Amino acid sequence: MTTTASAPVVRLAAVDKVFPTQSGDDTVALRGIDLDIHAGEFISLIGPSGCGKSTLLRIVGDLVQPTAGIVEVNGKSAHQARLDRDYGIVFQAPVLFDWRSVEANVRLPLEISGVSGAERDARITEMLELVELAAFRDHYPHQLSGGMQQRVAIARALALQPALLLMDEPFGALDEMTRERLNAEVLRIWRATGKTVIFVTHSIPEAVFLSTRVVVMSPRPGRISHVVDVDLPQPRTDDSRETDRYYDLVTEVREALRGRVGAGPGPAVASLERARAEGSFG
Amino acid sequence: MHDKDKERATPPDRLQEQADVADAGRVPMPYRALGPNSSAGSSRDRRSDPLADPEAGEIALDIGDAADDVAVHTVGGAEGVVGRWQTPAGRFARTALALAAFFLIAGFIWETLKWFGGTPWRFDNLLGSGIDYFHDPPFRVLQFSDRQLPHIWDILFELFEPFRRGSDQTLLEFLLGAALFTMRQAFIGFVLGALIGIGIASIFVHSVRSERTFMPYVVASQTIPIVALAPVIALAVGLGPTAVVIVATYLTFFPVTISQLRGLRSPDPRAMELMRSYGASRWDVYRKLRLPASVPFLFTALKVAATWAIIGAIIGEGPGGVGEGLGKAIISFSQQYITGPEKLWATILIASLVGIVAYLAVRAAEVLVLRNRPGANP
Repeated sequence: MTTTASAPVVRLAAVDKVFPTQSGDDTVALRGIDLDIHAGEFISLIGPSGCGKSTLLRIVGDLVQPTAGIVEVNGKSAHQARLDRDYGIVFQAPVLFDWRSVEANVRLPLEISGVSGAERDARITEMLELVELAAFRDHYPHQLSGGMQQRVAIARALALQPALLLMDEPFGALDEMTRERLNAEVLRIWRATGKTVIFVTHSIPEAVFLSTRVVVMSPRPGRISHVVDVDLPQPRTDDSRETDRYYDLVTEVREALRGRVGAGPGPAVASLERARAEGSFG
Repeated sequence: MHDKDKERATPPDRLQEQADVADAGRVPMPYRALGPNSSAGSSRDRRSDPLADPEAGEIALDIGDAADDVAVHTVGGAEGVVGRWQTPAGRFARTALALAAFFLIAGFIWETLKWFGGTPWRFDNLLGSGIDYFHDPPFRVLQFSDRQLPHIWDILFELFEPFRRGSDQTLLEFLLGAALFTMRQAFIGFVLGALIGIGIASIFVHSVRSERTFMPYVVASQTIPIVALAPVIALAVGLGPTAVVIVATYLTFFPVTISQLRGLRSPDPRAMELMRSYGASRWDVYRKLRLPASVPFLFTALKVAATWAIIGAIIGEGPGGVGEGLGKAIISFSQQYITGPEKLWATILIASLVGIVAYLAVRAAEVLVLRNRPGANP
């Protein structure tokens, strides 16, 4: 994974995605997506349902083919990057294989890519320690809570040491407390590993807390309407959620989602936003 | 887009959580762990993270330890509700007890019919107690008479009589020998049928074209009555055990094909995407995802197939000209029905017990193989 400092990890240029429908009216899922993502960035894609953010993530992962446009990952085609196992992916559901123990689930990508022997064992141990589940090595998925299962999924995604981590609403099915806890954990893993992360979410607070940049999308057709740079200082802690800057950014993202960019909230709106910031969007 | 509302249900209280887990153990729905939109998937998603549990004390920064304690508690709590039946032995015992209960109920109905409509009951010196017992049923129904529906105890006593006049072999010994003979044929047919079924399903899952072309033939094969087909098979391969094995195979491969095809198709689309993201080959996807995912479906089919294989072997013995098995015993005892209906009923009883033994053998394998997949193991 040697890329020059200036080359983006992910380059999207004029990407369109059109789904043909039976009635003949094509559904334009994405239109004219331009986005460069650089090494070590944490990018959130946020937007209402149907804005194509999950589709965009899958296009980067070569799981969905774009109708038009250029998609490059690590300077290669997305297809080549997938074959080179340049990214790990985490879905909303953990999608663990329930016939495999925690350890065997993390071992799966290593088996397929032919990593074996001592290196494989070391990699599994390292990943389980990273997500703090080393004690649950021999447990089976049904013995774990939803949050723990999702941490196994993260360990599995990182097992091949990809430069890029794709996360599709990974904590959307979890309750708010667990979600905040796992947010902190994802940030810790991100700092420890230096991965580039693309993170799809419905939650404005989550997006602001985690990201270096929040990419706001709007639907019909799905397009990037706004990009918010999140300049909250690193490392972020639970205290970061209580700073004024955090509330300002949450407000900015919310305004962008409403298509009222630049209008700026009045004082009354700001305090309302502050109250709402605890909740999640949608 | 995923179905957000379903998956973002608020975490339920502990009781609800336990009920979900208990339900999960009962509902025969393989692959709950992978299905986001199945009721199973959401029931699991609804399980709250132990870290969010107020009883976990302060939300500790030490994630590992807190999770440790409460996860064990959650699992333990779930087992407290459904209890010992969730162990492999318990699951097996539950099946065996259900079958035993069936026999008891059937026997009870049987004797009740005779009580109201059978031949008069007459016991002299009942079980050596010196009591004489007589009961005159209020109705007379030909079908419930001792000629057609003998008392269960008469059937059981018959098992310990010589199986034919002058023989020193009891009926039970004779029938057990016949059962063993039939089971051997049935077992070979069962294994062959299962392998053929898995093979056909594996081809179909990789080629929609082959499925479209050949699935109609697979279905059509089962529309031919097996009693009509058995003599043809015997003519083709000659009289003997081979014909019997083929009949058993013929009945077995069909349920396995259908169920295995569903099983191989059962993985969550995201599990397939995951494998794709690893650059997995078709062979990797087959042996590391499709095949293990299909196992619960396979067992569902094998339980049906096991009893069908026995039936196939019994049916095949007549046209196959094989004289040592249960099929031949049924034919010869039905010819002696007028003089001794108990012999035929005893044979039917043993034949059904053989089917049950076959079923329970597969069930035992199922609970063992699926012991770590409670969601896929009813």
